[in-house]
Amino acid sequence: MTNEPPLLSSKQMASFVARGFLRFDAAVPDDINAQFLDEAGRVAEARPGQGMRATYGGMLAGAAIPEVAAGTPLDDAYPAGSAIRRMLDLPLVRGAIRSLVGEAPVFDHHFLHVTFPPRYHEAGGSENVSQHTHQDSTIDPRRAFDIQIMYYPHAVTRPMGGTRFIPGTHLRKVSEVALGRYQNIRGQQHMVCEAGTLLFLHHGVWHGGGVNLSEATRTMFKIRIQATTSQVRQWDVSDLQPDAAQRPIFFVKQRQDPETVAAILTTPEPWFEQDTGRLEYVNRVKLWRYLTADPTFDADYWMTRLENEAGAAA
Amino acid sequence: MAERRQKVLVLYLANSALDAPVIAWAEYDGTGETLHMAGDADEAPYATGLAALKDGWRLLQASQLLPHPRGEEFDLAYLKYEFFFEKLVEMA
Repeated sequence: MTNEPPLLSSKQMASFVARGFLRFDAAVPDDINAQFLDEAGRVAEARPGQGMRATYGGMLAGAAIPEVAAGTPLDDAYPAGSAIRRMLDLPLVRGAIRSLVGEAPVFDHHFLHVTFPPRYHEAGGSENVSQHTHQDSTIDPRRAFDIQIMYYPHAVTRPMGGTRFIPGTHLRKVSEVALGRYQNIRGQQHMVCEAGTLLFLHHGVWHGGGVNLSEATRTMFKIRIQATTSQVRQWDVSDLQPDAAQRPIFFVKQRQDPETVAAILTTPEPWFEQDTGRLEYVNRVKLWRYLTADPTFDADYWMTRLENEAGAAA
Repeated sequence: MAERRQKVLVLYLANSALDAPVIAWAEYDGTGETLHMAGDADEAPYATGLAALKDGWRLLQASQLLPHPRGEEFDLAYLKYEFFFEKLVEMA
């Protein structure tokens, strides 16, 4: 019997490279979800005149979730037996973390995100609106990436305003909420999910909290994790095809296999601009080269064409 | 003379042509009759920029086409084809 967690497949990794997320529905058992909600604590009922800042502050102060210093080894961030430790120790979670950020990652930060029903805003005199779409942290020019685990400990319905995110935006280098003007983007997704669902995000994915129009508070816990060792070939590479041949492009007579790495990396998102969508492919290929340490990899000739200096060398 | 208020529509198109498909959008209603916010619609209000013109929106501004600095040709950031429109509404 092995203690090694199940690692992600190359197809899952390629999908993460292309779209910036992996979703695992109802991955966390009910007993851990219930324990987490207990540890997070009950939110006090709305009181006239009490602003949202006070409500939020009281909730964080009462939560049995530790403050953790940035840079703490992830293995040391949470006490044994705590709900978050138990969630992180699930084989699926361990395997996904290992696949994406390698061995010995560190904790960056975490946060308990709660959105409140309309009665809280009415009581506190604030406007009940969604969060502007943004990219977390600040301008980040790295090829390496952090991951953010979004943990949904209870079922999320559409009226509860689950996290909104836009697949495929993670390779754009933007400055946090500078893009707040983009209210809606074709292909945006809203998290509607069962209890215990996990969303693994590349740190660059554009996202924002939805407006809560239900009668119940909505809770999501986010943990940002950073690699300290190589991110190269940390997943299950047994299905990786070495020296995959290029496939015919543009002039094709029949539908091609959509499950190859090349196909996954050249699948557009609904919001892609017609010209920069091709640059997205280029940047996906660059990220795949980084993760596989294979500087010759290409998908549909996008890089090879640009790197061909044969004429200049003659 | 009745007071006039501005409604603003921002469309992001798939290329620089005004009749290109809408890929992202935002609306701001200065009359206060409607409130728009992030994530409030998954379907675009218009299929193209031209469709917005045909519905009475006046084009205020279009993003410029700029050359790509050497060495940064593949860097992507903000949406590229941004068009601002307005409607002026007379208040009762």
